[in-house]
Amino acid sequence: MTPSEGLTIAVPRGALFGDTLDLLDRLGFDTDEVRSNARRLIFPELGIVTMRPSDVPTYVEHGAADLGITGKDVLLESPGREVYELVDLGYGRCTMVVAAPSGEDMLAEALRRLGRVRIATKYPGIATRHFASTGRQAEIVEVKGSVEIAPLTGLVDGIVDLTATGKTLAENHLEIREEIVVCTARLIANPVAHKLKAAQVDALVERMRG
Amino acid sequence: MIHRIPPGTRDVLPDEMRELRALSETLRHEFEAAGYGEVWTPALEYEEVLQRGDERLAGAGFRVLDAQGDLLQLRSDATIPIARMVSTRYEDAPVPLRFCYLAHAYRAHEAAGQPAEFLQAGIELMGLEAPAGDAEVVVLVIRALEAAGLRRHKLGIGDGDLYRTLLRELEVPEEERLPLLEQLARRNLVGVEMAIEKLGMSRAAHDLLVTLPTLRGGPEVLDRADGPVARAVDNLRGCYELLAEQGVADRVILDLGLLRELGYYTGAVFEVYDPAVGFALGGGGRYDDLLGRFGRALPACGVALDVQRLHLAQTAEEREGA
Repeated sequence: MTPSEGLTIAVPRGALFGDTLDLLDRLGFDTDEVRSNARRLIFPELGIVTMRPSDVPTYVEHGAADLGITGKDVLLESPGREVYELVDLGYGRCTMVVAAPSGEDMLAEALRRLGRVRIATKYPGIATRHFASTGRQAEIVEVKGSVEIAPLTGLVDGIVDLTATGKTLAENHLEIREEIVVCTARLIANPVAHKLKAAQVDALVERMRG
Repeated sequence: MIHRIPPGTRDVLPDEMRELRALSETLRHEFEAAGYGEVWTPALEYEEVLQRGDERLAGAGFRVLDAQGDLLQLRSDATIPIARMVSTRYEDAPVPLRFCYLAHAYRAHEAAGQPAEFLQAGIELMGLEAPAGDAEVVVLVIRALEAAGLRRHKLGIGDGDLYRTLLRELEVPEEERLPLLEQLARRNLVGVEMAIEKLGMSRAAHDLLVTLPTLRGGPEVLDRADGPVARAVDNLRGCYELLAEQGVADRVILDLGLLRELGYYTGAVFEVYDPAVGFALGGGGRYDDLLGRFGRALPACGVALDVQRLHLAQTAEEREGA
């Protein structure tokens, strides 16, 4: 937990960055400096630290930040985290989907003839649980970069990925076969900060909900 | 040459060891001075014995086969072995019974980075009902942490059965309760709220279910939770009044959302915090049914502190105080 009386919030660079800074601006914190590349910004009642989106739960779990904003996808990918999920902020709405090349159903074909599907994803945890919970055997291949090209090269039969508009999928001749879960931005809190800085946390939550 | 050690274990070298030893001696001294006699129990127990205490927890342990092919398990906490010991060795002894321990416990974690072996310093008080027993244990822990050099620690007190009671009293259908409790145990308040929306409760019931887990602070939070949970809230109020008499009210956070993962808690639950550390330093609670499972039914409660985390807090407070 951060030592000062104020709160520290971890803010993800990446897809949620703009909406998150807009939110903080609306609450009266002028985030101009962070927009123009500063990593940290300190107000008397709130310190802002920016980082890679998947690092946000880590900082919050360990108490290096009291609060954090992160996508539900990040939380679902590492479900053992000891953090409070406080508020669904509503923005950054995306859907986690199973997608496969358009046309012939390669997933069904692979399952029928080979007994398993091969799936590329940046979310091996979510993908593994989804296929296990639907009773299908899947070989999950973790990739770090553009997942969309994996089926085109023959690496896999399909992908599990996050999509907002479906545009990137369509450009790569992929179509959505299944929707796994809708993900939005969430406000999370360190469990100890949630207790010891209860008044400050609740006040900020109230303003964010408002 | 580098040889592997199992994940979640570690060596302690003299510089650190001296500090850990001094810290655990301070705690032990405080516990002994308050009449809590130190005990040792085996690190290995028969699995069937531990399971009698808590079936769920027993699954988290390391298992070993002995030469006879019996299944043994490394203890995953000290409370169940002490409950076993009391029913065997203190069958007719007058109560209350007070014990303290300094012991390693073992848990096999799925996630990397969590300790598989950790040193606990704890106390158990058997034969004293709530709220007097709860208050005695809480005061002793707060004082022991002061003796260990902490200045800003707090102790959260909740009721492990509060939400379950509320769901029952509000007549939430049985099959809806478990998923709700699971979301709560995962600290997912968004999930709790979404699950409650689906129930289609009255406005008042809905608001109580949503708000209750977020109520934490001074005695004023108890006024906001009444009606179906009045009994549990009365217990907490009784405990709080005793703590106020003992002059430790400012160390206490009443927390109606507090849950502990162990399955044997029946009443008050505790968690220990320090602003210097992002993790709870320890916890415990009341377990009035546990001793009965071993043959000597007694109301009981206890707290276990994680000595390494406490050491972390001690060091951080020292640095920040300097």
